[in-house]
Amino acid sequence: MSEYRIIAEVVFYLLIVLTVAGAVLAVTARILIHAVVGLAVTFLGVAGFYVYLGSPFLSMMQILIYAGAITIVLVFGTMIGYTPRQIVETKIRDKNLRLALPACLVSGVVLCSAVVTAGLGTMRQSGDTGIADIGKRLLYEFSLAFELISLLLLIAMVGAMVIVGGQEERDAE
Amino acid sequence: MDTIISITSAFTSVALAAAVIVGFVFVNATALGYIERKLCGRFQRRIGPMEVGWHGILQMPVDGIKLIAKQLIVPSHVAGPLFYVAPVLAFAPAALPFLVMPFAPRIQVLAMEAGLVFVLAVISFNTFAVFLAGWSSNNNYSMIGALRAVAQNISYEIPILLSLLTVVFLTGSFNLSRIVQVQESLWFVLRHPGAILAFLVFFIAAIAETNRAPFDLPEAESELTAGFHTEYSGIAFGMFMIAEYTYLFVNCCLATAVFFGGWWGPTLPFGQYSSCIWFFIKAYTLVFIVIWCRWTFPRVRFDQLMNLSWKYLIPIALGNLLLTALCTKL
Repeated sequence: MSEYRIIAEVVFYLLIVLTVAGAVLAVTARILIHAVVGLAVTFLGVAGFYVYLGSPFLSMMQILIYAGAITIVLVFGTMIGYTPRQIVETKIRDKNLRLALPACLVSGVVLCSAVVTAGLGTMRQSGDTGIADIGKRLLYEFSLAFELISLLLLIAMVGAMVIVGGQEERDAE
Repeated sequence: MDTIISITSAFTSVALAAAVIVGFVFVNATALGYIERKLCGRFQRRIGPMEVGWHGILQMPVDGIKLIAKQLIVPSHVAGPLFYVAPVLAFAPAALPFLVMPFAPRIQVLAMEAGLVFVLAVISFNTFAVFLAGWSSNNNYSMIGALRAVAQNISYEIPILLSLLTVVFLTGSFNLSRIVQVQESLWFVLRHPGAILAFLVFFIAAIAETNRAPFDLPEAESELTAGFHTEYSGIAFGMFMIAEYTYLFVNCCLATAVFFGGWWGPTLPFGQYSSCIWFFIKAYTLVFIVIWCRWTFPRVRFDQLMNLSWKYLIPIALGNLLLTALCTKL
């Protein structure tokens, strides 16, 4: 089996390169749709990591929801606003920087502390616990988090409706 | 040295398997193209292609060679690299669903626990390719085609998922070969009223998801020239065609496995291959019905298309799912 293992390792490193390259493209691209494509590549790379961690189901969900649905929603947003060759001016020295720096700092500190506490040793494969098990855990052990997320989505939906509805009335006036 | 040789041999076997699947994709697309043109002729009281080969059977291979040999004409106004990426992105994942398709009890490349989800994930990715093609073509027809494709695919993915979930509730598994095994005594579509409704919803939504008439609004040739692939010529256009026929066949295979009992059927005089042959008979019968629909019904308007999904198919599928869940628990 060792030859398959070598191929698997090569693919793993390719995945790392792909994920990071996608992320870099997403941040630095000057044409907005290229940024969305970079994000889609990163989502697919992360889906590949889930396969290596031994959970194909999570990987499928990552592709279905992130690479499939969320990318399409982003695409819809950019498609309406920009023509294919329009270059977006990046205002790095503006107030965007003041907002971006704390955001990067907070998430960076959280991620770094998580990595440090977990240690950089070999990752333990959780094994494919089975879809039925995931469902049971979501509805018994983690039911509070599960319900809170659904509540958040509901609030987001209602908020979107309120914003759009108000827009129409203002346009009518 | 030995490791290098064994790596090459392992790599060769993987590449060989990939070549077989991609070869099947090409042959299948060619065959479906011929069948479609022949059937279209019959439905319109013509005889279809007759000149090239016996009853025109070589027409599609010749057309394929023509597409490969043609010059790729790229308009100067298209948007850079994405224009070239889009057809590859449409074509490349099209072969992946065959990995988990249970053609026969022993013929399945990957017995994946979440096989059904895998197929749906791959199919949903096609939307992105169609959008990129239309958007990077940078003209109004293609842009409208891309807008329609995205809206249509988002709307019709929901009824597909909900209708397939009905059967998942009945079997308690996402594993495609397990779903087929459960149907040994009777197909789901004959056994359970919920499954009949789910199949009808799935069938309509699958036709819309593969952008075929009467729901072929992203390419609507009488309104949008050729919609999202207006600017593509030669093999780039051919790749979109191959992808379309492959996704059509994948959807029919999915319906066969989930609703029509997959490989089960009376024994045929082909020994161990009879189960595989049953699967293909059922799948191609469904393909025939899809082609029949295409040449029978006129194209719907866009608002009718949206209403059909959001006001009829989704509520029906959702209610069906809830009722089925209730029935299985009682």
